[in-house]
This record gives sequence, structure tokens and C-alpha cells, in this order.
Amino acid sequence: MKCQTPRLVGDLDWLNQSTLDKLHPPIFRFLSLFLIMFSWFPGFLIQSSVLAKEPVVIGSKKFTESYVLGEIAKRQLSDAGISVEHRQGMGGTIILWEALRNGQIDAYPEYTGTIIQEILKRNEPGRADFVENELGKVGIGMTKPLGFNNTYALVMRRDRANALGIRTISDIRKRPDLKFGLTHEFLDRQDGWRPLATAYQLNSRDVIGIDHALGYEALRNGQIDVKDAYSTDAKIAQFDLVVLEDDQEFFPRYDAVFLYRLALNDKTVALLRALEGKIDDSTMTRLNAEAERTKNYTQAANLFFTSTAAPDVSGNSTGLTSQVSRSGLGESFAHKLTRWIVRHLELAGFSLLLSIVIGIPLGIWASRGGGIGHLILGFAGIVQTIPSLALLALLVPLPFFGISVRTAIAALFLYGLLPIVRNTATGLQDIPRTLREAAIALGLSPRARLWQIYLPMASRSILAGIKTSAVISVGTATLAALIGAGGLGEPILSGLNLNDHATILQGAIPAAILALMVQTFFDLLDRVLIPKGLRL
Amino acid sequence: MTADPLVQLIGVSKTFGEAAAIHEVDLLVERGKTTAIIGPSGCGKSTLLRLIIGLLEPDAGEIIFDGKPLQTDKVESIRRRIGYVIQEGGLFPHLAARGNVLLMARHLGRSEKETLSRLSELCTLARFPENLLDRYPLELSGGQRQRVSLMRALMLSPELLLLDEPLGALDPLVRAALQKDLKEIFGRLEQTALLVTHDLAEAAYLGDVIVLMHEGRIVQRGSLKQLQQNPASNFVSEFINAQRGLVIG
Repeated sequence: MKCQTPRLVGDLDWLNQSTLDKLHPPIFRFLSLFLIMFSWFPGFLIQSSVLAKEPVVIGSKKFTESYVLGEIAKRQLSDAGISVEHRQGMGGTIILWEALRNGQIDAYPEYTGTIIQEILKRNEPGRADFVENELGKVGIGMTKPLGFNNTYALVMRRDRANALGIRTISDIRKRPDLKFGLTHEFLDRQDGWRPLATAYQLNSRDVIGIDHALGYEALRNGQIDVKDAYSTDAKIAQFDLVVLEDDQEFFPRYDAVFLYRLALNDKTVALLRALEGKIDDSTMTRLNAEAERTKNYTQAANLFFTSTAAPDVSGNSTGLTSQVSRSGLGESFAHKLTRWIVRHLELAGFSLLLSIVIGIPLGIWASRGGGIGHLILGFAGIVQTIPSLALLALLVPLPFFGISVRTAIAALFLYGLLPIVRNTATGLQDIPRTLREAAIALGLSPRARLWQIYLPMASRSILAGIKTSAVISVGTATLAALIGAGGLGEPILSGLNLNDHATILQGAIPAAILALMVQTFFDLLDRVLIPKGLRL
Repeated sequence: MTADPLVQLIGVSKTFGEAAAIHEVDLLVERGKTTAIIGPSGCGKSTLLRLIIGLLEPDAGEIIFDGKPLQTDKVESIRRRIGYVIQEGGLFPHLAARGNVLLMARHLGRSEKETLSRLSELCTLARFPENLLDRYPLELSGGQRQRVSLMRALMLSPELLLLDEPLGALDPLVRAALQKDLKEIFGRLEQTALLVTHDLAEAAYLGDVIVLMHEGRIVQRGSLKQLQQNPASNFVSEFINAQRGLVIG
């Protein structure tokens, strides 16, 4: 309606009267269909948040070593007959820590340096009993170190170091002509380059900032002489590098430990503690290399159990071989793919359902224009502009959400909202004024006008909005894996982490096919749901 | 003039923004007769109909329907006693002809048997082939659409029929046929009707009374003959002379 025309009497109170009656317009039928299809969803939500407490849940951070340690813990527990689930690559320290505190996971591998600096926010190295004490206050326990120290280190090519007679970081002082290629993070960190250079008096050095992976290449080609590394990087063995001894003990220790909830049963804790001191630097380096070579964390973890005297508390080592083959194979690809797709559809489907159930009424409201209409469309528009990753990050710290399927669904729901709200509003606003007036003049009640005239007439536009929203949901649901909610993002994420294109495609191809199928499904649905008179 | 008109407008005014659309209009719509409102575009004749059916509220004055003032909160029940036909029909595209005609009867929960016999009656009356009832508006011709629109308006046997340029968008042959049928229907039903048109010939053919409007005011009311022989102002003569060639009889 244009500004000049006065508002129609009685046209604007659709939602206030209650005379909903017999006729069922297509949209209504569609909603009930959808509700039936997804009526089992609440069960699934409860299952993931409450019933899922049944198995012990191990979490891991988003990098190779953490995945491998997670797999080792999983194997260690499942070999002892404990039901265990490994939620891989859930994110960074804060996400894992919060998930542990909220009981969404029961244990995860962490490093002492990180615990002190990032979790306890201390600057000075704390004594072990102090750290345990602090963690105990929030119901978290810590194993003793697993045996390796994954700290920052400076590395050089073995031949070059030998030729120059460099063994320790102090030795570098003798050679002011060495070229340094350091990661940007290391250049900026509190425990990084600048304080290191001060401590070791390495003044006026030739330093460039370079990406971690590229830095290894540069080191190998001799373009740089020294670079920063994690002491258990697989590349150290692969490229025959030496770790320079930190003779002034500048770097804080990053001893790997498991953090676990104190509420965990004794048997499980004993099994995790049985791993203490069992994984030394060279073992971890080898396992990391194996994981990167085979792209298979389970296999890398199994290597630990076969090559060492497995820290099996029950002392039962005879049944090991059969178990190796079972967990070594892991689940079949078909089984995994099914699990990913089912979860993916659950995430996308349930969030879409929410978007529809909430988006259509909002769209109806917005279609009346005015301040509230602008507010609704504005809000939905703003949500859409928040990068999906940022939206997830914003939701995770909120009380009800955290690291859960709920968060993923909430984010997807918010993303799916705009197309539905906007298309509902536009569809309703586009109904010619003469037809609106005809509906009013006939004497139909406001609610009957909405359900029998306006919504069916706007159905094409509303369905187009739902279709857009569905495709967005299916696409964006891959991000749910970032917060451990599963779906086809899982292989994409681990593939990205391993730089393994085949694994990425295992998730990306089904996700693309799914999006196409959803599009086709809704195209077919149009023919059923859009009234015939509007399709002529 | 009868003592008991069905609709009476007393000093009704309606303003849109700066421009006033209706100025203190007094109008009687007599029972059983067809009142034709005529005038140039923008003279406010459609606004009169929209005020009567409650699509607009008057800024001043009073509208009396069947002896009672029109009240905003009770307008819905009044609307059900009025049939409304607009240019191009105003049919809902997602409903077939049948669905359009039966919409209100179903909404009010009338018995299926009663409504279907009424539907068949209306098809005969409006000369609409029953086998086209399952067609959607887009599958019907302009004339057919207007017949369906008329049937929809007559479904609940309204006391008053409002027609806003009902034949304005039709070609001459279809228009002539429909004019003839409308006249016959009005006569047979003794229908009280208020017709808005810009066509003097149509007004003269269908209307028992002609009301000529100009710039939001009623300038003259009477038969075509009275308007021709006793024009109330220069505008009346000009308007009639401009269309003289079209007026037959």
C-alpha cells in the first residue's frame, strides 16, 4: 500500500481474533507434515545432552597431536570395556575447558603451560600441587605428565647445526649471520621471540615472519637457518632437524596431561593415569608423523599400543591383537557416512523447522510494516551478516548453549530466519490492494482472511523463502563440527587439519549433493503446496 | 423517494491527506431500485462505496444502514448483508470459481446442500455454465470472471449490492451482454443496487436514479431526462453533452 492510501479498517488485526476454522491451506498442511516428520527431534536433543552422559566422552583440540591423544585415551578405555566416545577437534582451549567444566565432555588432553597461562591465568610457572589444587576447586583433576614436553623450540637442519657447532640456543650467539624464519604467532607471543632474544641476548638478528608449514620448506631449502617449532612436530623427524637445547630454560614446560572431571569413576581415572609417563617425545613425534602420513588418527593411536608395552591395567594382553584389528579398522566408511549424513539432516532439519515455525509469524508481523516490521527485518538482516563462525563463537559462552548440538541448531535457526521472514512479509505485502479489500468486503474475519486468502496467495513466496533457508541450513550445518556437533563438517574439518583433500571431499561432496537434493525436494513440494490457481 | 431508504449518507466527508475526496455528501439509496453514481475520474464515487462497506471510515457525517448508524466494531456483520463487485472481479486466484462463490457460505458454516442448490440457482441467474465452476480465475475470460464475481456477491442474498465499475475492463460486446443480464437480474431479484460507472449510457440503462458527482460533491440527482432538461449547473450540461452521442433513448 502506498503512503497516500489510508489504512484499511479492520485489516491489521489478523493475529488478535480467534476464529480459526476448518479450511486447511497448503502452508498449514506443510507445517503439519513437517511437524510429524520431525516430531522425534526433541528426543534426539535430550539424547545428546542428557543420555549421552552414559559413555565417557573424550574431547580433543583441533590439531593432530590432540586428536591422536584423544584416540589413545579412547582405545585405552574401550579396551577395558568402558563405553567411550571421542569428540574430535572441538576447537581451542577455552571451548574444551568450558565443555569439561559443564560436563559435556569427561576428559581431554591438555598442556601444563596452557593450564597455567590460559586457564589459571598465571604468569609464573606454578608448582604441580598448586595447579592440582586450583583445578580441584572447580571439580577438575589432572594426570601426571604423559611423558613428553610439547613446548616451543628452535630447530635447525642437523647438517647445518653440526657444521656450525650449534647445540644449544646460547650457541646461536656465536653466529650473528644466521637467518631466522619465525611464525607470526611466535613473534608476538609473551613467551615468544622478543623475550627469548632478550634472555639469550640475541640482538639485531635477521628475522622474517613466515607461515609454519612454509617455514619448514624454507628451512629445508636453506633459505632460513633457524625456525620456531613445537618440539613434537612430525616434521622434525621427517626433515632430519635438531631441537636446540633450551639451556637457560626459557620456554615454560608444556607437559601433556589429561584433564578429567573428578566426578569420573575411579576405574576410568585409573586407566587414564596408567598413561602417565608412557609417551616420550620421540614416541609422540612418531605418532604424529604416522597420523599425518596415514591420515588416520585411530591407526596412529594403535601404533602406540602395539609398539609399547601397552599400559593395560588389567594386565590382559592376550586379547590385544583381535582388538587392534577391530578398532584399527574403525567403523566402515558407509557407516561413518550414514552417521554424518543423518546428523547433518537432523541439524539442518530441526533448525529449519524452528525457522519456519518462528519465521512465518514474524514475517506476518513484519508485513504490517511500521516500526516493529522494520525492527524484525532489521534484526534478521543483521544476524545474517554475522559470519557464521562468529555467531557460533558468540553463542558458545551463553549458559544454555555451550558446546552442544543445541548451539549448532540455534545458530542455523538464526541463519535460516531471514529468508523466511522476508519472503513471508514480501509475499503478503505483494497481494494487490483490490484483493485485500475484496476479502475484507466479503465479511471474512481477520483470521480467516489470513489463513484462507493471504497466506495461500503468498505461499509461493513463503515456500521460496523456506527453500532458500533449507539450502543455507544444509550448507552451513557443516560448521556445526567446529563445536563438536557432528555432521558432514566432521570429515571436512579433519581433512583441513590434515591437509588431506580426499577426506575433505568425503564431507564436501555429500554436503553438495544433499543441498541439491533439498533444492529438488522443495521444487517438487512447490507443485503440491502452491495452490493450482497460482501455478497457471 | 421512499420514506425508508436502505442506506442514507448524511453530511459525509472524507479527506485523504491534503485533498478532500468527499465533501458533506447526502445520499439516499432506495430499496429495490438501482442508483447509478456517475462522474469523471477522481470525483469520489468509488470512495462512497468504500465508505458504505466500511473499507474507509468517514471523517465527518453519518452513514445509516437499514435504519442503524454504521459502527466500526459491527461492520463485519453489515458487510455480510452487502455484496461488492469491483472492476476485474477481485476473484482470489488460488480458489476455483466454485471456491470463490462459496467462500463466505462455507466460512459461515451454511449447510452444503443449501449452498449447492443456491450455487446452481446463481449459475442459471448469471448465465454461467456450471461445467466451468472448477476453473481458476486465470482460466476464465474477463466476462466470465465478472459473472463469477457477481455470483459471489449474490451468494448470501445481500440486501444491498455495490458495483464499482463492474464492466469497466470489458470489451463492448461482452459489456453489452452483461449490461442486459444485470438489468434482468436486478429486476428479477428486486435488488437494491448502487452502481458506480463513468459511462452515462450504462448509468441510464441500468439506473432508476442517476446521481452525478463532481469534485467530491453530488451536483444533481434524477433521471437522465431531468439531468438533460434541467441541468443544475454548467458542469451537468457539459458532462451530458460530452457523452451525448452515446446516449440512445
